[in-house]
Amino acid sequence: MKQIDECKEILADPYAYAVRFKAESRRKMVGTFCSYAPEEIIAAAGAHPFRLFGTGEKIRLAEAHLQSYCCSLVRGALEDALVGRLAFLDGVVFPHTCDSIQRLSDIWRLNVRHCFHIDLILPVKLDTPGARQYFVDVLNRFRGELGEKLGAAITDDDLRGAIVLYNRIRGALTRIYDLKSDRPEIMKGSDLYALTRAAMIMDRTRVASLLEEVASELERNGAAGAAAGPEKEERPVSGVPKKRVILSGGVCNYPDITTIVEETGGAVVGDDLCTGARYFSGLIDENADPLTAIAGRYLERVVCPAKHRGLTDRADHLIRLARDKKAQGVIFFLLKFCDPHAFDVPYLKEALDRAGILSMVIEVEDRLPAGGQLRTRFEAFLEMI
Amino acid sequence: MAQIDEAKEKRKIKAVAKMKEIMTAYYIEAKTAEQAGKKVAWITSGGPVEPLIAMDVIPVYPENHGAMIGASKMGVDLCEKAEAMGYSSDLCSYARTDIACAPINGGPIGGLPRPDMLVCCNNICGTVLKWYEVQARFFQVPLFILDTPFCHTGFSEEARRYVRGQITEYIAFLENVCKKKFDTDRIMEVGKLSLEGQRLWQAVLDTAMNRPAPLSAFDAFFHLALIVTLRGTQQAVDYYKMLLTEMRERVAQGIGAVPNERYRLLWDNLPVWYKTKWLSEKFASQGACLVADTYTTAWCGSMRYIREDDFLDTMAEGYSRIYLNIGVDEMARQVIEMADKYDVDGIVMHSNRSCKPYSLGQYDIQRIVREKMGLPTVMIEADMVDARNFSESQIETRIDAFIEVLKERKS
Repeated sequence: MKQIDECKEILADPYAYAVRFKAESRRKMVGTFCSYAPEEIIAAAGAHPFRLFGTGEKIRLAEAHLQSYCCSLVRGALEDALVGRLAFLDGVVFPHTCDSIQRLSDIWRLNVRHCFHIDLILPVKLDTPGARQYFVDVLNRFRGELGEKLGAAITDDDLRGAIVLYNRIRGALTRIYDLKSDRPEIMKGSDLYALTRAAMIMDRTRVASLLEEVASELERNGAAGAAAGPEKEERPVSGVPKKRVILSGGVCNYPDITTIVEETGGAVVGDDLCTGARYFSGLIDENADPLTAIAGRYLERVVCPAKHRGLTDRADHLIRLARDKKAQGVIFFLLKFCDPHAFDVPYLKEALDRAGILSMVIEVEDRLPAGGQLRTRFEAFLEMI
Repeated sequence: MAQIDEAKEKRKIKAVAKMKEIMTAYYIEAKTAEQAGKKVAWITSGGPVEPLIAMDVIPVYPENHGAMIGASKMGVDLCEKAEAMGYSSDLCSYARTDIACAPINGGPIGGLPRPDMLVCCNNICGTVLKWYEVQARFFQVPLFILDTPFCHTGFSEEARRYVRGQITEYIAFLENVCKKKFDTDRIMEVGKLSLEGQRLWQAVLDTAMNRPAPLSAFDAFFHLALIVTLRGTQQAVDYYKMLLTEMRERVAQGIGAVPNERYRLLWDNLPVWYKTKWLSEKFASQGACLVADTYTTAWCGSMRYIREDDFLDTMAEGYSRIYLNIGVDEMARQVIEMADKYDVDGIVMHSNRSCKPYSLGQYDIQRIVREKMGLPTVMIEADMVDARNFSESQIETRIDAFIEVLKERKS
């Protein structure tokens, strides 16, 4: 699909895209690291939220600021900033997430001086009225600070416009994910990855239309396909139905994972990833007070392990998701040194075991294991399903 | 021979015996709490213990247990057990060892007493949140979380409101679990005792400003136990009065922790619990005394925010603005202040794999201290409880080289 190609082109060099887009649109570029960053407020200010994902280069300069026992997302982001690859950024926003991001915020503030810096100290607890109020208070402060830094106040109408835009993006992504889940063969996992990632990097107005076009086309093809006969495309050449799996973890920069799953007889039919479903799960109430509504979405959407919302929220969600998508297995993708995710694995595994859902864990530091390691492991796992 | 022994005996701190006695009695009381009809709360080291004392709940500190596990050299085995349970070896070793202990009553005292409740304050780190979630699921007991927003450059009004509101929720939580009313007079008493204890602890640490310092950071790591676990009790106040008296006597008699104190150093980060003796002797053998540290001062550092007459209100800020909950630049400022106050010649930084909030940022603090004061720093890469991360030869080499640098600078 040409829309997928458009996304892939951008993803081939996101920073080059950012520089180009900035020159064309004259928008201020605001870097974020986390799916709790309220992009709606950034967009409402007329600025462009640009998600950062670590670096593809070797760590050299960041060594002088961060020990090795820190995840590659944090070290990589600092590396790119120090080397000067992020000169296009006008500002960065650091929502409170984990201990490493917390310290990255300080180290960044002290060493990366070319862009403005805002801390967004969101609550860790998301399940009390006090936390809810505090969340709204923090967003209010952010609205003021950001407006000041960008030289323009953010109005309620600005916010409403951004909310509508983001609902379109999230709604379209949800439709695409659901379509792929129903019929995995309609799109490669790496293509879905390209669309989702582009949604965090590209001009949001363009991406909303692009995603809606893709969703509509898939729906049309689906209707045509259904008319031709539902059984036809579901079985690959071998005649064996695909094993359905869910991918669960934090930041995942590796579309190859879904490719290898596909090549070994499986299909990723859903995810609980920071850079996947958590980014687009949950719409915002367009009829309520905008800031309260935005806070509501972040308080209620699928929870990240660095936040607290009850003791079994994540397990309940994962099991519900697996059952909903008729998945037989869960692949946990962990980034080395990511504490919040690593702490949850034993209890999630136990909950899945009790629900009769198989799981496995892969841990990556900054690149996928070489050779056929992953292939072998996935083959073995899918065989057990 | 007899003279050397006598000097060594004189150098030993007498209060040590009393501390051991108090801590033994404390753990016995905690382990027999149920028989005595008392409730036990597990609480984080930076957590608000005063309301527990006011409610007659016995506070137990899994982190203190972690230190004991490290000191008893039981850390590696328990870490391996945690890894067998599925917990990554990169996670905090306090958390790993405590999680491994729970189902088997492991550790040097046959396990901690079962908690009736868990109190988790994330002012020290985000790890405690996950750790206490694990334990809440394991023990099936109520969990209270005090969420203290990070103070990168200050303490906002909305954070103050949020934390103060949670203190109220905390009290309601305690009333619910203990099935009795919170005594607002008692908390005032406990608050007073807490502040008095903190003032005394600061005074004890301040005696190290003298030359020679009567106690080193390694001594402070040991005597710290009561201000952490029994802050707000008369017992803690009495103990630190006694310790302060002894320190003052030592100052009067010129008794130093290190014979022939030549170099005065500041320690940063948690102790390496299974190597305190080795490190202490290594530095002492070169005439180096750790006269100050950022870890033990953390339990009297928030005094400036707390008012006796308004304890509950000011507690919110006091607990939010502790050393680990502030920005790296503010930490550097405090290190410089301490280095100046205790007149140190250099900094010893423990780059502790288990503690990201304490360790990430050390390189920048090192740089700032070098730029502002010209002081040299040595980095010791290790872990507070997991001995697999301690390379003795590498660290010995580093310390030797550092002493050479100090020697050069003095000449």
